[in-house]
Amino acid sequence: MARELHFILNDSEVHVSEESGTLVLDFLRETKRLTGTKEGCREGDCGACAVLIGELVEDEVHYKSVTSCLMPVGELDGKHLVTIEGLNLEALSAVQQAIVDNGATQCGFCTPGIVVSLTGYLIERNRDIDLNGVKTALGGHLCRCTGYRSLKDCHHHLQSGVGKATGVHELVEGGILPDYFSNIDQRLRAIQIENARERPSGEQFVIAGGTDVYVQWGNDIPGSEPILLNRYPELRGIHDMDDYIGIGALTTFEEFSQHPLVLEYIPEIQEYMMEIASVQIRNRATLAGNVINASPVGDMTILLLALGADLLLKEGEIERIVPLSEFYEGYKELAKTPGELLTEIRIPKPPSDARINWEKVSKRRYLDIASVNSTAVIRVNGRAILEATLTVGGVAPIPLLLASTGRFLKGKQISADVIQEAAAIAQSEIAPISDVRGSADYKRLLVRQLIFAHFLRLVPECISAESLYA
Amino acid sequence: MHNIDAAHHTRGTAEFVDDVNRPEGMLFAAVCASGFSHGRIVSMDVTAACSASGVKAVLTADDIPGTNQLGTIIQDEPLLAEEAVHYIGQPLAIVVATSSRLARSAASLIQLDVGELPVITDPREAFAKGQVIGPTRTFEMGDIDARWVECDVVVHGECDIGGQEHVYLETHRARAVPVEGRRMRISSSTQSPYAGQKHVAKILGIQNHDVEVDVKRLGGGFGGKEDQATHWACIAALGAWHTGKAVELVLRREEDMRMTGKRHPYVVDFKIGATSEGKILAYEAKHYQNAGAVADLSPAVLERTLFHATNSYFIPNVRVFAASCRTNLPPNTAFRGFGGPQGMFVIESAITKLAAELGLDRRVVQEKNLLSEGDLFPYGQKIQNSRARQTWEHADSIYDVDGIESEIAEFNEANFITKKGMAMMPICFGISFTTTPMNQAGALVHVYTDGSVSVSTGGIEMGQGLSTNLAKIVADTFGIRADRVKIESTNTTRVANMSPTAASSSTLLNGNAAVSAVHQILDRLRAVAAQELSAADKDEIEFKEYKIFRNGRETELSWNDLVLKAHLQRVDLSAHGFFATPDIHFNKVEEKGQPFAYHTFGTAILEVTVDCLRGRYTVDSVKIVHDMGRPLNRLVDLGQIEGGLAQGLGWMTMEDLRYDSVGRLMSSALASYKVPDAFFMPDDIQVEFLVDADTDAAEAMGPFGSKAVGEPPLMYGIGVFFAIRHAMTAFRPNADLPFESPITPERVLLGLHPDFRSIEGDADRSTGGTPKPDRGLS
Repeated sequence: MARELHFILNDSEVHVSEESGTLVLDFLRETKRLTGTKEGCREGDCGACAVLIGELVEDEVHYKSVTSCLMPVGELDGKHLVTIEGLNLEALSAVQQAIVDNGATQCGFCTPGIVVSLTGYLIERNRDIDLNGVKTALGGHLCRCTGYRSLKDCHHHLQSGVGKATGVHELVEGGILPDYFSNIDQRLRAIQIENARERPSGEQFVIAGGTDVYVQWGNDIPGSEPILLNRYPELRGIHDMDDYIGIGALTTFEEFSQHPLVLEYIPEIQEYMMEIASVQIRNRATLAGNVINASPVGDMTILLLALGADLLLKEGEIERIVPLSEFYEGYKELAKTPGELLTEIRIPKPPSDARINWEKVSKRRYLDIASVNSTAVIRVNGRAILEATLTVGGVAPIPLLLASTGRFLKGKQISADVIQEAAAIAQSEIAPISDVRGSADYKRLLVRQLIFAHFLRLVPECISAESLYA
Repeated sequence: MHNIDAAHHTRGTAEFVDDVNRPEGMLFAAVCASGFSHGRIVSMDVTAACSASGVKAVLTADDIPGTNQLGTIIQDEPLLAEEAVHYIGQPLAIVVATSSRLARSAASLIQLDVGELPVITDPREAFAKGQVIGPTRTFEMGDIDARWVECDVVVHGECDIGGQEHVYLETHRARAVPVEGRRMRISSSTQSPYAGQKHVAKILGIQNHDVEVDVKRLGGGFGGKEDQATHWACIAALGAWHTGKAVELVLRREEDMRMTGKRHPYVVDFKIGATSEGKILAYEAKHYQNAGAVADLSPAVLERTLFHATNSYFIPNVRVFAASCRTNLPPNTAFRGFGGPQGMFVIESAITKLAAELGLDRRVVQEKNLLSEGDLFPYGQKIQNSRARQTWEHADSIYDVDGIESEIAEFNEANFITKKGMAMMPICFGISFTTTPMNQAGALVHVYTDGSVSVSTGGIEMGQGLSTNLAKIVADTFGIRADRVKIESTNTTRVANMSPTAASSSTLLNGNAAVSAVHQILDRLRAVAAQELSAADKDEIEFKEYKIFRNGRETELSWNDLVLKAHLQRVDLSAHGFFATPDIHFNKVEEKGQPFAYHTFGTAILEVTVDCLRGRYTVDSVKIVHDMGRPLNRLVDLGQIEGGLAQGLGWMTMEDLRYDSVGRLMSSALASYKVPDAFFMPDDIQVEFLVDADTDAAEAMGPFGSKAVGEPPLMYGIGVFFAIRHAMTAFRPNADLPFESPITPERVLLGLHPDFRSIEGDADRSTGGTPKPDRGLS
């Protein structure tokens, strides 16, 4: 039976008994008939359905923009759901006015979602409003009319209209958010949420971020009773253990890439993130979900695999550890029982001299699925390769560890010949097929090119592009 | 002036079809479509669907009370398949249920059994097998066969041009409400309310006047809702007819992409000859259009390919041939540019190959052959007021093309693996529907007794800014504030028999029709004002700046008072206006005439950077000089130019429609079909209007001397293909790069590293292509 949910929708407290797997988008448009939120693709690729989700974190409400087409209603319990209707004031807000003044709306269908995301951008305290920030907020949004120049130019208007006064209370005072936002924290505190007590089992649909599972099973989930991992707060968080970083199964891409510990060991993670997904998706997608989805071309999986991650699987009280490199037995076949749940990913702390590089090539650079992606983790002493771990995605039924290539490289002196030979060995480890992401030929060529790219980026002092094409 | 709907857009209160309050008991439709690309229908079993939960009706071709036939140019398309299916995604049956979820779930239970027939997806194969829609067309000028020998250089080549999905953010949708007397009121996301009206009437077996189609706005159309919105309006109407309830149909993105047509792919053979200085003497091309399974608008699209086959260039000897080839793909249809972009891509490719052969810079050859005043097009129209050279020269000087080229050369010298490239892209686009009778429009204008104004036209607001333009045109003509003018929905009961909103002509046609109505009312008001102000002649009265003037002097008489007085004097405050574009004609037997009211011009400079290691590229800047006549509204016009550019860039680069060997679309979702996003589009876009104070208002023909701007800017995007190619040749000077679009990162990388294929042989390379027939070029 559907559990009763209790949350705040814009300015109103609501109690609803929707099936917990129903999409927030359908709840808004069908049940509540709040039609400012638009459906453009139902798979998180267009942003027309963006909403803000506010959640109490310690003593403050933190808002994130997400695509409501990939989020289950069951997760709204105890949260603040904000739609375009909940952002409207008597007059236009600074965001709305900026769009109007710039001529940044044409057909108007994508506009409400963009207003929501830009407001979500400003709602974080102490933002420095700039072009890149606005572009990042627009990143998950498609507009087929404008060409985006007028939308990007909104950053000028926002700089002058908002200035430094970003943050919930600042926006309320500046007349950019409705007054009711000022006491949402108290109202959320008053809503009692029960954490789930029943033990989660992996035999039903399990939803962490939902960004993959809804795309694949969107028609089937609403009628089922999915397990919403969100109701198990113990699955959250990133933990600094002695020799590894423990990543809770609910950790989102965005949380991961913002965490100081992660930044310390993978300094360029935020650059990778820009190419991995839009901010709306990063706010939802989890590392554990990426691993379980078992896409052969999963962007995070290809990174975790090269970092030598281990998986903690749990069924009831029984726990076991499986190395990620042994987790994939075939296309979407996992070394796990149906009842087992991935609860934590453990990343061994890379040695201080490890150099990490992640590469991805896709048709569109941002928010696209890779044709081929790859990670290299290498340690060198001068020109000598002490250790090299290479992974590659999109060229086999599973995310692939290039074991032979790695073995070949170990102990070698870096030279154009060695790298070319490594790229040739890699060809013998892969088995790409032609599909919508590219021909097999192309993927083979990409594997070679990305191996070149790893070395050109990681050891530029040892190798030049010219020498590889001599 | 801002977009008059912008505030509603930003507040989420702008209503689209399915946002409007639902009628009591409304039902929802879902479409069951063919999963086979070609076959005879053996049986269709709907029993499981009929008994599924929430289902109110399951309807097939047998349930159509009128005639099961669609088709604007050629009546060759059933609404619901009867005897055979011709493409994957062809509608077979409709399920009407209490929710869209239940309707979809029931639709998936319908079983189709088909005796499969051979599948054709390649236009050359279709042509070879005689699968041609309508007559083939040839435009000819000069004596081409005699001229080849005079050329110093002649080159041959081939283009393979990809299609393009519209990706209007709002998918197809319609809501039908039965009204008394077995009549139907339909709200539809269509560019062509009249097409919807007459086809619903035909399907239901009732008269046109029994069907009212109303359109408030579209969440984008781009041509995709010109002919192909009709199907969904008919389906909703059929559901409403049988259930007696309102029925709504909203396609999901995946359904929309799978079931509806796109921009036409073409394969083309070309031959071009020139003097050693680069003066083009002769050009020949054979265009094979991939039309899909039925005619739809393909013959008209085909015609425009030929109209624009020589783009902005004068070529004295031309023979261009085109055939619309029937394949088992969803019927391809109108898309911004309407066949013109494909024609232009070919001549630009031919010039590129020619320049390489001549050892000349591509832009030297382009420049040498630009149209001059009085030059003839192959279809017999003489170019008047040509701005091909002005826009080119203006762009060349204000953007310093020589400077750009030398910076690029310097960069390429200094960088091994990253290369820059640039291209200039001139455009010339004819304005008018090439089917002359379509160049007409009506408008209905009311002035209410409080002085407020209501305007209805046959034009559709689909993001192009028509409503904003109309409000400005009507307000300025009346001499009142724009907020006193309301632009009404487009409705077949207020304006009849409208042409679709298309061909860049909506402001030209509907704006002029509105002006004609306003002038009639003004003329009557002038008479009343003359009487009130004791003027001898009503021509002494002028309406401007929100005031009423007599002999150039402001009077005390206000607009509101005048309107009320006129009403009390029983003066008609309503008028119907009409406009038909004068002096256009075209003879399809001779293939000569004057099909266009005028041409619009422009030149773009596009710069790119190619990462030759990864095959990725960025568009660094696009700088444009665009011929606007006298711009009506800078914000609206800029939006059209930049938005058109974005679609053109997408079409040429990442928008990659992939079908498998039986015509199943593999890139059928926004996860696999990518369109430009905020990061892809360059931050550096500069647009300069070639505002010509001497523009003859009669020449531009648009209200207040404005020129059409909807489609032409898309074709600036074609330049990116040649800019990327330019950068690629800096890395690999002797590469033989094909003219295949889109130029995806895949094509770039494979083009840059041709050596790789020979290293790694791969059995998995077959693409299901068929042997090509002879080129057949003379």
